[in-house]
Amino acid sequence: MEDKTFTISVYSENNVGLLNRISGIFLKRHINILSLNVSESEIENVSRFIIVVNTTEKWVQNIVGQIEKQIEVIKAFYHTDEETIYLENALFKIASNLLFDEKQIQNIIKESQSTIVTVSRDFFVISKSGRRSEIEELYAKFKPYGIMQFVRSGRISVSKEKMEISTLLETFK
Amino acid sequence: MKISGAEAVIRCLLEEGVDLVYGYPGGAIMPVYDELYKFQDQLHHVLVRHEQGATHAAQGYARATGKVGVAIATSGPGATNLVTGIADAQIDSTPMVCITGQVGRHLLGSDAFQETDIIGISTPVTKWNFQITEASQIPEIIAKAFYIARSGRPGPVLIDITKNAQFDEFDYSYEKCTGIRSYVPVPKLNLDKVAEAAALINSAKKPLIVFGQGIILGRAEEEFKAVVEKSGIPAAWTILGLSALPTDHPLNVGMLGMHGNYAPNLLTNECDVLIAFGMRFDDRVTGKLATYAKQAKVVHFEIDPAEIDKNVKTEIAVLGDVKESLAALLPLLDAKSHDLWHNEFKALSEVEYNSVIKEELNPTNGKGISMGETIEMINKHSKGDAIIVSDVGQHQMFACRYAKFNSTKSNITSGGLGTMGFALPAAIGAKMGKPEREVVAIIGDGGFQMTIQELGTIFQTQVPVKIVILNNEFLGMVRQWQELFFDNRYASTKMINPNFVAIAEGYHIKSKKVTQREDLDEAVAEMLASKESYFLEVMVEKENNVFPMIPTGACVSEIRLS
Repeated sequence: MEDKTFTISVYSENNVGLLNRISGIFLKRHINILSLNVSESEIENVSRFIIVVNTTEKWVQNIVGQIEKQIEVIKAFYHTDEETIYLENALFKIASNLLFDEKQIQNIIKESQSTIVTVSRDFFVISKSGRRSEIEELYAKFKPYGIMQFVRSGRISVSKEKMEISTLLETFK
Repeated sequence: MKISGAEAVIRCLLEEGVDLVYGYPGGAIMPVYDELYKFQDQLHHVLVRHEQGATHAAQGYARATGKVGVAIATSGPGATNLVTGIADAQIDSTPMVCITGQVGRHLLGSDAFQETDIIGISTPVTKWNFQITEASQIPEIIAKAFYIARSGRPGPVLIDITKNAQFDEFDYSYEKCTGIRSYVPVPKLNLDKVAEAAALINSAKKPLIVFGQGIILGRAEEEFKAVVEKSGIPAAWTILGLSALPTDHPLNVGMLGMHGNYAPNLLTNECDVLIAFGMRFDDRVTGKLATYAKQAKVVHFEIDPAEIDKNVKTEIAVLGDVKESLAALLPLLDAKSHDLWHNEFKALSEVEYNSVIKEELNPTNGKGISMGETIEMINKHSKGDAIIVSDVGQHQMFACRYAKFNSTKSNITSGGLGTMGFALPAAIGAKMGKPEREVVAIIGDGGFQMTIQELGTIFQTQVPVKIVILNNEFLGMVRQWQELFFDNRYASTKMINPNFVAIAEGYHIKSKKVTQREDLDEAVAEMLASKESYFLEVMVEKENNVFPMIPTGACVSEIRLS
């Protein structure tokens, strides 16, 4: 079975220690987490983990089973890239003088559909949301001019199909 | 009613029906011990000699009674000493609640004296754990701990209580936990799946049942026996499933796995439908997965969804409480006898008897006492009514292969983790849980010395357990592997042992050492007749091997008889 990218979604109680329990499941199997995002879900006090891994479907099934088994986990799923709408967000901090010295920079910003978050005397920050490849492309374009800081968030995603969890979660409201 | 957190801990334990706990005091758990003193008429505390002993005793108690075992320890080393027993309980699905003391809340994270992050340490080996930092959390969390430990697929829970939470007073009230919204202990039984399973089982020409501890944990022995008897299907067990079906039941075809019986292992790769009940296809059972029962359609009755397709791909998975699913399955099954198929088992059993068992039970060529004949002697005098608690190693395989069991919850051993040192303290727990039953611990000379200090607990409590040491002056199982797979290089497996009888006598335990075959019968009889604890050391042949054997990574049908 070949390795593929899978997005694992976990709905859980908002509880200290659960992240440790979940990350241990990956550690034990030597599976590297490519990205991890934890946030509140659509239901109050229910957290949603979005974990991206590159592994085989057999392993991802096993992992999801082990995650779902944890007492405070309400439900866990996995999806392939085709089955989800997903994106990441990145921030680029760039020296302000480049905005004036390098005309091309303004074009890059416009074409990439990124937004300027702030501009100060010394630097400006732009934000770009999109697929990993789009962010990497933008990074490659800025790189020759010098990037002061770069940071990219974990993946966030929603499924294309209606998830059965929604009905279950209704009862939690 | 305002009471201290420590008193609340005791009251909660009483609410959960606990009357016996194992533990060891220390600084951070002293308020709880102070209350144990006050409540000693209602809650009996057994002082072990090492915290690991407390966990194994709690496990032995749980496995013999089906109730939750409880172990108590202080912070730091007290807590870390529990870890082996917790890991053992986790992999063998044993219901246990461990309570540890912790430094005061204001000291957490300061590297205070005897502070250790037991929550972090125990997370991978607990079903659930929680650190209580305020007294008012105690009732709810302890109620949850017991509910989680005993419900669904059971397991160990650790509750860490900071010292301030033990001292502080609060308004106490107790409510039992009846459910947790994020936790589904028992998946709902799908009757369509049961019907599908029944149809497949009815159509089978060569069906084989493999059963594990799920039958015992699910209290489904009667339903299981009824299904086996009606369907006429040969049934083989994992070592934790042993005793769920009487060993002399005509449809019981023996033990699966690495040192299991010849017939069920070989025929696993010839059956057409493999029906698994409450077992998890451990690698010691399956051998090489790529060649395990590939010809068979697999039906898996299981409570834990994470076990489905984990190791062996199933045709039909029936999730749910096995007692309920067996009851639903029974009326749908055709009554059959599968005589021809049984004959295949009989023929292979005869091969095993002639090439392995006969010699084991009646050694020739001037060989010393064998482990198998010692177990057989215990059978003779116990008549199969004893609880046998075995440690880990060759003697464990002999105990599981040769011991007779008439009733359930009678085989207590460390299966998944293979914890040497398990048996002596586990036997203490089993005997305290089932005082009316004979409890015999079967231990090797290696494992005995890992928890030998619990002789002190036996002496102090006067618990009448019977201890049999099968002494071959080797770490026998490792030596066997060295002989077979490492060209006889006996690296650190030879044991120079002390005078065990003198040690037992130091604890005022009646003892005997047997070196000659002719003395064995009388010694075993004397041991089992004793009203007090009894220590019997049997000097056995040094370099005997356990066979049959499926070498690691080999296929079940590559089982060796020598």
